[in-house]
Amino acid sequence: MASAVESRGFINNVLETVGRRTSSVFVEIGAVLIFLGQTLRWTVSPPFYWKSALKQMEMIGVDSVPVVLTTALSTGMVLALQSYTGFKRFGAETLIGTVVSLSMTRELGPVLTGLMVAGRAGASMAAELGTMRVTEQIDALSTLATNPMKYLVVPRFVASTVMMFFLTVLGMITGIAGGYFVGVKVLGTNPVTYIDNSINYTEVKDIWFGLIKALVFGAVVGLIGCYKGFNTEGGAEGVGKATTGAVVVSCMLILILDYFISALLW
Amino acid sequence: MIEVIDVHKSFGELQVLRGVNLSVEKGESMTVIGGSGSGKSVLLKHIIGLLFPDKGRVIVDGQSLNDLDEYGLNELRKKFGMLFQMAALFDSLTVWENVGFSLKQHTNLSDEEIRKIATEKLALVGLKDVEDKMPAELSGGMKKRVGLARAICMDAAIILYDEPTTGLDPIAADAINDLIVDLRKKLGVTSVTITHDMHSAYKISDRIAMLYKGEILEIGTPDQIRDTKNPIVHQFITGSAVGPITAE
Ligand SMILES: Nc1ncnc2c1ncn2[C@@H]1O[C@H](COP(=O)(O)OP(=O)(O)OP(=O)(O)O)[C@@H](O)[C@H]1O
Ligand SMILES: [Mg+2]
Repeated sequence: MASAVESRGFINNVLETVGRRTSSVFVEIGAVLIFLGQTLRWTVSPPFYWKSALKQMEMIGVDSVPVVLTTALSTGMVLALQSYTGFKRFGAETLIGTVVSLSMTRELGPVLTGLMVAGRAGASMAAELGTMRVTEQIDALSTLATNPMKYLVVPRFVASTVMMFFLTVLGMITGIAGGYFVGVKVLGTNPVTYIDNSINYTEVKDIWFGLIKALVFGAVVGLIGCYKGFNTEGGAEGVGKATTGAVVVSCMLILILDYFISALLW
Repeated sequence: MIEVIDVHKSFGELQVLRGVNLSVEKGESMTVIGGSGSGKSVLLKHIIGLLFPDKGRVIVDGQSLNDLDEYGLNELRKKFGMLFQMAALFDSLTVWENVGFSLKQHTNLSDEEIRKIATEKLALVGLKDVEDKMPAELSGGMKKRVGLARAICMDAAIILYDEPTTGLDPIAADAINDLIVDLRKKLGVTSVTITHDMHSAYKISDRIAMLYKGEILEIGTPDQIRDTKNPIVHQFITGSAVGPITAE
């Protein structure tokens, strides 16, 4: 009897917690969308802080090059190696090039670049803005009659969107080059067929799909990094939470959106 | 110039302001005193529209802050300078860029001119040769003074000082008191100052208001406050641990 009451209490507690979490997720989604709306509105209304945007592009873009190169190169090479093992079983080794270039352009280029930039730039945006929030620097901006959304968020949002595009291009090229190296130089498939198969079966459309994804992922990383930083509370601990939160949420969003964009742009 | 009318503010369960009424005349120097955590900084943030009341209104220069849109609020803030309790310097900018921030944003002055003005303002608060340092390289008292220089850089009509002398040595502190008095006398600045330093409060204020349990408990000229009949105010200004206020 006692245990039945207890377990009912337990179930109620679980349901209540789940309910509260779910509704707070919806509240948060709403808040992010409002934040996005404000960001877009401030992006199109002058003045635009060029210098600040360029500095962010340098920080997000240039500094992310090594990690994007490494990831893409390794992925392209592994992809070639693994698909060779599979394809050889039914004598289709010449299709490695197709697999590598299709996966790098449509899928792995944008997604891997997105995840890497989220971990690097998204985290640092959240940490920087979070620190500015808890030390009242964001309030100080407002008192100096400067809109913090415009001064801090817009340059980061724009820089992250633009740089993700270029980093993804770089990622695609590096991955394909890595695949070629392994496929042709290491595994010894015919270079002419490799290139033919890569080019003939990859359409311009595939590249565009990948780049559209890149733009969306770039916007996600900038938006979530800034949102988390802006809404930081609770000192150094809060900054830590905001930073982790920014990385986790943007990575999840990238993976979720990746499916939907892939499903839409067929 | 500034009217705070029946302002209530809570953070979750915590009721910080419970009906604050305060009016500051043009050119007046008003000082707010009160215990730590009594809501003085929160009150100051309501005056410049960083926080908004749950109930009640703040009127500055005839405009109710509640009714202003983002643009209007921004325009109104150009009349203000504010010194934050923890200085809140931008740590990615040098000292002179911090001080001249508003000039850079709101005027067409060249960097050299801004730097020159910033240097002058820094001299007013007793700092020299710090223009090119980063905030992280400064001591607490120096940060406070850079924050002060930033607050007065645009020759604002209203200046809000959150503990301008805290963390300064007595001589630097008194120089700041003189500066605040000067700004009022020469430029007719209206100011609201928060302080725990009664010496400074007596020196710079036209009137002193004591915030206690979310309301203004007593308000009067420095002489009136010194001769207060209210045991709570008396205990506070004499800094005694014995009396109606108990440390919580
Ligand atoms: N943004 C906020 N969120 C939640 N609580 C807050 C916030 N700002 C202030 N408080 C709370 O409001 C109360 C008053 O804070 P406030 O900073 O105004 O105190 P104060 O009078 O300035 O104290 P001190 O003299 O120590 O600076 C404190 O209990 C503080 O914890
Ligand atoms: Mg305070």
